[in-house]
Parts: sequence; structure tokens; C-alpha cells
Amino acid sequence: MKEVKVVRRVLDANETMAEANRKRFSENNVFVLNIMSSPGAGKTTLLEKTLEAIMPDIRTAVIVGDICTTNDADRLAKSGADIVQVNTDEFGGDCHLAAHVIENAASGFDLANLDLLIVENVGNLVCPAEFDIGENARAVVLSITEGEDKPLKYPLMFRVCDVALLNKVDLLPHLEFDIAQAAANIRQINPDMPVFETSSSTGEGLTPWLDWLKQKVADKKS
Amino acid sequence: MGIAVQIVEIAASSIPPDIENPSVERVNIKVGKLSAVVPQSLKFCFEIATKDTPLEGASLSIEEIPVTTRCRPCGHQQTLTSPEFKCASCHSGDLDILSGRELDIDSIELAE
Repeated sequence: MKEVKVVRRVLDANETMAEANRKRFSENNVFVLNIMSSPGAGKTTLLEKTLEAIMPDIRTAVIVGDICTTNDADRLAKSGADIVQVNTDEFGGDCHLAAHVIENAASGFDLANLDLLIVENVGNLVCPAEFDIGENARAVVLSITEGEDKPLKYPLMFRVCDVALLNKVDLLPHLEFDIAQAAANIRQINPDMPVFETSSSTGEGLTPWLDWLKQKVADKKS
Repeated sequence: MGIAVQIVEIAASSIPPDIENPSVERVNIKVGKLSAVVPQSLKFCFEIATKDTPLEGASLSIEEIPVTTRCRPCGHQQTLTSPEFKCASCHSGDLDILSGRELDIDSIELAE
């Protein structure tokens, strides 16, 4: 048997492409946020409310990843933001968005006249954590119907993110969910991460999240 | 599955061009415990991804790499056995990850 040394990162190609994306977005001072969660955590409703609050002051475009359907893009288009829907079905039903998909999806945007690009990743707490797409920050949305222990079950996701949202807090009276324990579990994985308690449907708690986002966009401009 | 396809692509392109009818018997990879990869699932996908490639029939050998960290404030190094990012010495949560995020192809083994 003859052994040939290789020593290469498996995701080399993706990381090279992600760096190229990041450079292109940065040259145009566009802040790029990658939002991830499990399916049904409320990413799209959160984005609807977010776009309502920041448009048109912050010129925003959105890339929405789903395996199938354009339902999310249809909902978000009402805000007036540029929306591109990526159906990963055409790319083999992938459970995440890879850097080359973002490059392709962003090619139609007028980056010079954009402040913020939000990528709504495919609903999944596993694979998207592994794939850099050229973003500046990552957000994870955990809905309180999912259980307090999710951060401990998906540590990579909560480790690689910069901000966490505990969403659907309007349902707290109806559930046996220990929100302090959930926040503690997140901090066990990522002690310095800001954790916002939000309800996308009632609008409760959205202000600190919007302030965080606006600050990031402003920092990118300065 | 995308990861398995990438492994096959990189391994196939690493076969030395001067070998006639190369037969890859094994691909050795390193997978960090903190990576989003389940070894059993990756092996299953690898078998499918190698069909009709120079790697068909090759086995995938996975070395799992533990999660090790270094504490920024006190410098203490440790191996994490559970997902609790806290220094065992000074209890700070400000840790650098030294290993555990690997997803690397180390080598390929060819039949003589």
C-alpha cells in the first residue's frame, strides 16, 4: 500500500468562495447577516417585522433559501426589499446554502445602493453552521416551542453565531418552557453572545434586536 | 452528502498522475467532534459518492479529533468532554478553540 499525503480542508473550495463574497460585499460597505434556525422557528415572520421596521432607511436585500416553494419570498416581497429565492432542490436538495449559491443569488443586486443583505438560510441547525457564505455575522433563532436543551444538542450552531433570538415568547404562558435555562444553555456554549427574547408575531422585544442590527449596519458604513 | 462529494473530488484529484490504473483502497480523514458531521452518515454518503469514480470500493477511515480549548485570561488548556465552554481552572467562558472543528483529508492509500 502506498500512502499519498493530501492534507487539505474538505470545504476549501467553499471557504475560498466565501472569502471572495465577503470581499465583494465589504467593498460596497454592505453588512451581510446569515440567519439560521430549525424549520418553523419563525425566521420569515421575524424578517417580515424586521424589514417593516428598517425599510426604506436601511436599504435591504434578502436571499431566502428553501428546498422547495417560493412562499417565503412571496411573504417578504411585500416589504419592497429586493428578494431572491434560492430553491436548493435545483442544487440537489441541499440542507444549507453554500458560498457559490450566494454568489449566484447576489449577482443581480445593485450592491452600491445596498446597506444590508440578509440571508435566510435553509431551516436546519446542523449543516448551515459548517458552511461560511461570506457573511459578517450570524444569528440563530430558537423558538421556545423547541425545548431549552437545543443549544447543548447543536453546540456548533450556537458557538459560531454572534447573536441569538429566543422567539415566540408570546407563547410562554401556554408552555412549560424555562426561558432562563434556555438562555443559560446558550451562554454555556457561547458566553458573550447577546440573547434577545422576542415575539415576531406580537412585536414584543424586537427593539433590542433592531438596535443591534442597525448598529452593525452603521458600523459597516463608518 | 455535499461533504462526501467534496471528499471524493479532492481525493480523486490527489491521485499521482504517473500511476497507471490507480486503485484507491482507503481515504484517511480527520473530523473534529465539534463539526457537523456524523461519521456513520458520512461513510454511507461516501460509498454512494464514490460510485463510478476512481475511488469506487475505497473505504473511508475517520479519525475523530477531540475538542480542545485554551483559556484567554489564564492560558489553561483542556479537552472538553461535554459542550460546556468554560475554563476548568478560572471558570472564564472566553476560550479559543484549538481543535475539534477539523474536516480535513489527511491522505489516500493506493494499492501497489
